[in-house]
Formats: sequence, structure tokens, C-alpha cells
Amino acid sequence: MSNSKGQILSNKLEIPKSDELKHPMEGYLREERFPHIWCSTCGIGTVLTGFITGLQKSGLDREKVAVVSGIGCSGRAAGYLRLDSFHSTHGRAIPFATGLALGNPELKVVVISGDGDIAAIGGNHFIHAARRNMNLTVICINNFNYAMTGGQAGPTTPEEANASTAPFGCYEYPFNLPFLAESSGAIYVARWTSLHIRRVSNSISEALLKPGFSFIEVIAPCPTLYARRNRLGSGLDLMKFYHDSAIIDHNADTRDIDIGYQDRITIGKFVDKDKPTFLENKDNFLKKKLGDKFIQYTGQNWE
Amino acid sequence: MKADPIGVATGSHYIDGDHACAEGAIAAGCRFLAGYPITPSTEVAERVAERFPFVGGQFIQMEDELASMAAVSGAVWGGAKSMTVTSGPGFSLMMENLGLATMMEVPCVLVNVQRGGPSTGLPTLTGQADMMQARWGSHGDYELISICPNSPQECFDLTIEAFNLSEKWRVPVMFMMDECVGHMIEKVVIPEADKIEITPREFYKGDKEKYRPFRFDGKGIAPMVKAGDGYFIHITGLTHDERGYPVINEQAQDKNVRHLVDKILKNEDKIRIIEEDQIDGADVVVVSYGITSRVALKAVELARKKGIKVGIMRLITVWPFPESRIRELAPKVKAFVVPEINLGQICLEVERCAQGKAKTTLVSHAGGWVHDPADILKAIEEGVK
Ligand SMILES: Cc1ncc(C[n+]2csc(CCOP(=O)(O)OP(=O)(O)O)c2C)c(N)n1
Ligand code: SF4
Ligand SMILES: [Mg+2]
Repeated sequence: MSNSKGQILSNKLEIPKSDELKHPMEGYLREERFPHIWCSTCGIGTVLTGFITGLQKSGLDREKVAVVSGIGCSGRAAGYLRLDSFHSTHGRAIPFATGLALGNPELKVVVISGDGDIAAIGGNHFIHAARRNMNLTVICINNFNYAMTGGQAGPTTPEEANASTAPFGCYEYPFNLPFLAESSGAIYVARWTSLHIRRVSNSISEALLKPGFSFIEVIAPCPTLYARRNRLGSGLDLMKFYHDSAIIDHNADTRDIDIGYQDRITIGKFVDKDKPTFLENKDNFLKKKLGDKFIQYTGQNWE
Repeated sequence: MKADPIGVATGSHYIDGDHACAEGAIAAGCRFLAGYPITPSTEVAERVAERFPFVGGQFIQMEDELASMAAVSGAVWGGAKSMTVTSGPGFSLMMENLGLATMMEVPCVLVNVQRGGPSTGLPTLTGQADMMQARWGSHGDYELISICPNSPQECFDLTIEAFNLSEKWRVPVMFMMDECVGHMIEKVVIPEADKIEITPREFYKGDKEKYRPFRFDGKGIAPMVKAGDGYFIHITGLTHDERGYPVINEQAQDKNVRHLVDKILKNEDKIRIIEEDQIDGADVVVVSYGITSRVALKAVELARKKGIKVGIMRLITVWPFPESRIRELAPKVKAFVVPEINLGQICLEVERCAQGKAKTTLVSHAGGWVHDPADILKAIEEGVK
């Protein structure tokens, strides 16, 4: 057991005095907002933990990191983080984040949101932000359904899976998000499950340090809706399922990593390359074209 | 504060309203524009795209208007003075994120160069039929400010005013042009930078623990901070308290929503910009706005030649509606005549505020062109009867 400074308190499992009992993420969470809204064993909290550790590992100045969420269970992530955090509208986290990143280019802006938010209603923004190589890290918590609204089918619901608006099973083809991200121009693409928490946080820290559009999909359990409707058991059962069916393959071709219903899940870091960002391109290009007359935006001058 | 000279194109120009609006925005210090092309507003974005590289501005053509409006709010929280520009269909697409901006109390300017609707309607021809949408377009109760210029010169001057009002009241301001004003070329005089008054954003600089991004006590508007300043703000579209934290109950809703409405309605007299002429002793008052106010002028001139006592009330700020002024005038006049390029929008407000004490006559026009002054004259003549 260790305290917040990482010092070992005791080798035995001794309960520290209450004033020493500190949440390991202390300072990064808005504890005054607890209890949070998430169900027990929901995977979203795990991803949030992964994000905070990833951020800590990255060594970035947290004052210069902002988080934007859309709407959904996953979209509540921003609200619990003690960072500059914004809870926007359903599907518009990415364009809101785009404005934020352009309005204050000093920031590293992170989007944390759900599969419906990012790939359905916000799908167009997703591909365009990737195409522009906007300096954003997008973390999509994929629980295979629209959880917040009661477990409806969405663009990542696997074929055959049951959802409240697919009561006899889903008969649409789902998106393969890493493939979508890569083909749209993302410079960093990874997929993990919430079981692979260390890899999630390492991947987030890597992505945060890369200028440009990075995308991390995290498959996470929604025990209350998706798992219950499909009789997949508890959150723990889903963790076991991830353990048994997730295959790490960093070299996988993103075209081949569709997710079938209760089928293998290919995880790994699939893309990691460098490319000038939207702003680097813009500023360099205009400097070249306009010479000394070009004035770069480095933040609004309020003087 | 005074305008930054770098953005002020001092001198006389022959430009259309769209270009003048762009110059007004740049002079006002706007340094972020996110937009999506649509006739007849595109020229505003085009001119900004051409000018921004020389003034240190950030222009981005987004993938649609939903994105544009969302990006504006993001940019404002990043510290930028921001705007977007659109027309009819794009205006409709912006509505949800306009609601977000209203809820987050984002100072920004949304330019709508109105064209004929509904749907794709008359892409290249004028209309004034988005006036109610400017007021009610997003869901829920809220209030904001709408301004209607009637000339390219006003497109310049009032765009600056729009930014100033948005900063003062922390509210999106709708700059409701129309195709006629947008495409009309006239002389526009841009003064020297030190003659242009700019309302700066109020930034909080105090104790980090004590900062509250919202203020609901009716005693003022909370100052802002920007993301990156170390205040660790949380800002949401959910009903929230003064810390910005979501609170989902009836009491919080009451405080939050009443604040959004009251900060505008209770200050209507401070926000109001209207022009009046010969109202005292008038039998008929013509209430108009935007391009129609210029056509109405002709009708009033003809009526006065016929000896009719006609007053003019031109709404420059249409929202918040100058309710108390209409109430005051209603018992003193026989009729209000309201010409507008729609089938009856602002006339409903006039009629409501007149409370039956004066007749209200709509002179409607479905769009595509301006009124024939003769139609307005006819309504004036009937009004005195
Ligand atoms: C414009 C709009 N349409 C619909 C909704 C209702 N809605 C809220 S969250 C949500 C889906 C959320 O799904 P997802 O993004 O996957 O997040 P999850 O709850 O699964 O984490 C929907 C449809 C909304 N808030 N706004
Ligand atoms: S409904 Fe599902 S996604 Fe939402 S909090 Fe509960 S378990 Fe998590
Ligand atoms: Mg989901």
C-alpha cells in the first residue's frame, strides 16, 4: 500500500488513518462531485483512471491540457476531471475541441466520449478532424451501444447483438473504428479493452505527446445494458471474456480488425507516424506564401 | 479600450454589406471564424479568410454548420473573440449549438445573411423570415440579442456593436442581415482605430479557489477565464450552478434559466438601439428593421406629403424587443404599420405589446425582393382612418 507520493506505507495490509487515506488520483478528480453517475463495474471509470495515469506519465503540464466530452455515459468523463473540462453537445465534442485547440494553441486538447457520440452523430467531425490532422487526442469508449439513453443499437453494435432498438438482434454492419481513423488520416491509432489498463494508460501518454490527431478506442463493458440484454454476465465476466478473446497484434492491418459479436477482438497499436498538424501546415504554408506579412495567431491579444 | 489598428482598414471603401461586416468583425478584434459556405453570406467568410493571415487571425472552414457553431464556443473558451457566418439552412443547423453557447454564456457573434426560406427556398434572394428563429430557434427558454443593419456602413458599425454587446452581456449576438443589405454596394467609411470603442472581455485574475464561471444572483455577469489559465473550470450545457457543475433539479433550473433570461430582459433598456423620427403627435408609426426600413422611408415620405402624421420607429436591436416603448406609444397612436419580408413575425410582437390600444397592420412580403412602397403607403392610409 502506498500513499499519494508513492511511498510504501506498509507491506502488510494495514488500513492507514483516515487523514492518510487518499485517492491515488487525488487532485485529478472533482471529488466534490462524487458519487459519480456510473454503474458499478462499468468500464468508463477504468478508462478515466487510464487517462489520468497516462496524463501523469506524459509529464505534460496539466494546466495546458483540456478535456472535451460529448453527451452519453462516457460523455460524463469531462465532468469528473480536475482539468479545464467541457461537456458539449451530443456529437460535437470534436468540433468544440477543434475550436478550443485553435483558440488557444498552447493547449493539448483531449476528447473523451462514447461510440455513439464519436462515430454516429459525430462521425463526420471525426473523419474531418483526422483528415486535417487537428492536434487532438480522441479516446472513444466503445461499449457497443447507446448506454445513456437505455441501450439502443449504435454504429459499433456487432451484428447479432441485441439492443433495445434491435430487439431481435442487430442486422447492420458496424464500423471498424481504427480502420476509419487510419483511412481518414490519424497519425496514431490504437485499440485496447478496459482490461488492458496499463496499455491503455501507456498508449494515452504516448498519444498525448504526439502532435496531431491520435485515436484510441477502448472496448469497455456496459454491464447494465449491453451485457444484461445479451446475457453476457457481470462486468467481471466481460473482463474474463476480454482476457480470453483479445489478441494483441500491433502489426494487424486495420482493414482486418472488425469486431464480431462475442468474437475475437484484435487490439494493439496499429498506426504511429508523424505528419505536420493542421496548425503547423497552416502557419508554415502561409509564412512561405506571404513572407513577413504573415502574422501567426498565438492566442487572442486582449491588450 | 480602443480597436487594435492592425485590424482597422481606415478609409473610404465601396464595398457590399458582407464585406463591411467582415471588416467590422476584424476591426472589433475578432480573431476566430469557423464557418461553412452558404449563399448569400459566403463573402463574409471569404473576406475574413483573406484578411486574417495579415492580422493574426484563425480561420477555419468546418465540415458543416453544426461544427462551426460548436467550434465558436470552443474557441471562446480558448480565449478568442469569435464568430460564425451563415444563412437559412445553416442557421437551422446551428440552433442546437447556439443553445450550448447560450447556456455556457459564450460571447460571440453569429451572422445570418437572411434569404428566402423555408428549406433551400430562395438561395440568392432576400428575406427576413428568420427573425423568430433568431429568438426561439434553439429549444428551451433563453434570451439573446439580435441586431438588424440596413446598409453596408451599418454592417461595419453594428458588427462592432454586436461584439461589444456580446462581451458585455456574455451572450451570443445574432447579426441579422439580409441578402439585400449583404450584397448592396455603398460607401463605407472606416474610422481610425482610436475612434473605435471596443468592449474588452472581462477576465478574472483572482484567487483560483474562489473563481466562479457563472453568477446567478442578478447582480452582474461573471467574468471569464480561458482554458489554460490554470483555473480548472468545468463548463457544461447541462443545467448548472455558479461553479459550472451540473445540478439536475427544479431549483437549479430556476436559477440558471431565469438568469439567462433576466440578464437580457431586465436590461432591455440598456441594450436597446432604436431610431425614432416624428413619433410625437403621430397617428401612425411604421415599425421596421433591416432593408425594409429603407423602403418604409419612401412610403413615409409619400404619406407625409399627403399630410398624414407618420412616425418612424426603426429597430436596430430587434431582440430583446423594445416592449416598454411600444406599450408607451400604443395609447397615443391609431396604428402601427409593420412591413417585413415575411408573412408576419415582428408584427406579432408589436401587436402583443400594443395590447389592443392601437391597431397593428402587417405589410407582408413572402421574400425574393423588397416591398413596393405603395403597399406600405396603403397600410399607413388605412391606419389613420
Ligand atoms: C442531438 C441529440 N440527440 C440525441 C440525444 C440523446 N442521447 C444522449 S446520449 C446518446 C447516446 C450515447 O451513446 P454513446 O455516445 O455511445 O455513449 P454511452 O452512453 O454509450 O457511453 C443519445 C442518443 C442527445 N443528447 N442529443
Ligand atoms: S449504463 Fe452502462 S455505460 Fe452507462 S454507466 Fe451504466 S454500465 Fe456504464
Ligand atoms: Mg456507447
